Amino acid sequence: MRKPPSLHLRSARLVYDGAPLFENLDADFAAGRFTCLLGPSGVGKSTLLRAFAGLAEVGPDAVSPKLARVAWMAQDDLLCPWLDALDNVTLGASLRGEKADLAKARDLLAQVGLADRANAAPHELSGGQRQRVALARTLYEDQDVVLMDEPFAGLDAPTRWRLQELAATLLAGRTVLLVTHDPREALRLGHDIRVLAGRPVKPGPVLSPPGATPRALDDVSLLAMETKLIGEIAEGAA
Amino acid sequence: MIRGLVIAFGFFAFWYALVAATGVPHYILPGPARVAAAFADNAGFIAENAAITFLEIVLGMLVGLIAGLSCALALAMSRLLRVWMLPLIVASQAIPVFAIAPLLVLWLGYGIASKIAAAALIIFFPVASAFYDGLARTNAGFLDLARTMGATKPLILLRLRFPAALPALASGIRVAAAIAPIGAVIGEWVGASAGLGFVMLQSNAQMRVDLVFAALIVLAAFALIFYAAIDRLMTALVPWDPKRIDR
Repeated sequence: MRKPPSLHLRSARLVYDGAPLFENLDADFAAGRFTCLLGPSGVGKSTLLRAFAGLAEVGPDAVSPKLARVAWMAQDDLLCPWLDALDNVTLGASLRGEKADLAKARDLLAQVGLADRANAAPHELSGGQRQRVALARTLYEDQDVVLMDEPFAGLDAPTRWRLQELAATLLAGRTVLLVTHDPREALRLGHDIRVLAGRPVKPGPVLSPPGATPRALDDVSLLAMETKLIGEIAEGAA
Repeated sequence: MIRGLVIAFGFFAFWYALVAATGVPHYILPGPARVAAAFADNAGFIAENAAITFLEIVLGMLVGLIAGLSCALALAMSRLLRVWMLPLIVASQAIPVFAIAPLLVLWLGYGIASKIAAAALIIFFPVASAFYDGLARTNAGFLDLARTMGATKPLILLRLRFPAALPALASGIRVAAAIAPIGAVIGEWVGASAGLGFVMLQSNAQMRVDLVFAALIVLAAFALIFYAAIDRLMTALVPWDPKRIDR
């Protein structure tokens, strides 16, 4: 596998609603690791993700590397209702005018446990199944950098648990940034955890919980960390 | 279907009772039996003229659809066109088609062309505006996703914005199917030598009110069937339309 890049922000600046959201913001995210970004709503977590995706302008040369393509996954599954599951997985190829690799798409659907629903229309799938198709579509893009904006927020607890497990396994080795408001999700998935707080935003220190991901969360020390993280987020919101 | 038959039966029963109860003369309001007789006596004549009107409606629908679709696509693709043409197109709706129908007859003649033009003109705007709105309101999430995928602009339009706009376009086409007959008949009223509108105008002048009603019923029946067919077709073509799925 190619060596995935680390991600950097230098002197990023963004004004939102008249007040600076980012002001001279520097941040670094380690290569090949799963980093979870926590923070109160409106702090700029999603904007930071959008900056790396090239969807938000945060100043000249503020973002490096400049990525032409990333694998992107949002809270909304963004499945095209007119395409079946298989064609949704290969959407990127069709939008780039490339020939779709259907064997690869089928294989990815099998990996997320939907081998038998390849020809189902999105409205025939449950919320969890739809998000699994979206995960397969994200994997189909096969990018070194994967950006996820609260991808599992709308799901019920057992479904979320299974999808977190899939994400941790299938995205291993890539540089992943995952925005979440759920400290438990961050502790389950993150090699590194950063809490973002303040306006303009300041990223907190890197927290690297012990153990391989996805963590089972049955360790008491993780519970203590969760309490601490909740405290930091609440403080950031105040 | 059964509900439709009950409504139709109720309508004819009410009509019959009204004529019988008021004793209104037949040259003002003929009863259903008289209209049925007029229809039977003139079946060939009505059928001949109905065929012409139906052809005008279908062709007008086709021409209006093509024009509306192309216009919406052009507007979606070009900012320059949006800035200069959109206000013009909206302003053009201040002119009723009825008012320019005589001009159409003058320019395109008494034949079928002026009626096709009238029908096409009347459906152009609902089709163009519904489709353009659909194209302009693509879910921003889709567009973000497409950008992270390195999608090309023409393919985003063709494979994302176009299909995403289809439910809106289907609504526009349904409206068009409902009003296209109006356009054709307006064209026939201002000047024609054939068609159901011509039959109605002619019969009215000759005090053949029963024949007016016969032609009117044929026109209404065709308009209903035409709308139902288009509605079915749209549902089949856009099965993911959320309004439809919830049913």
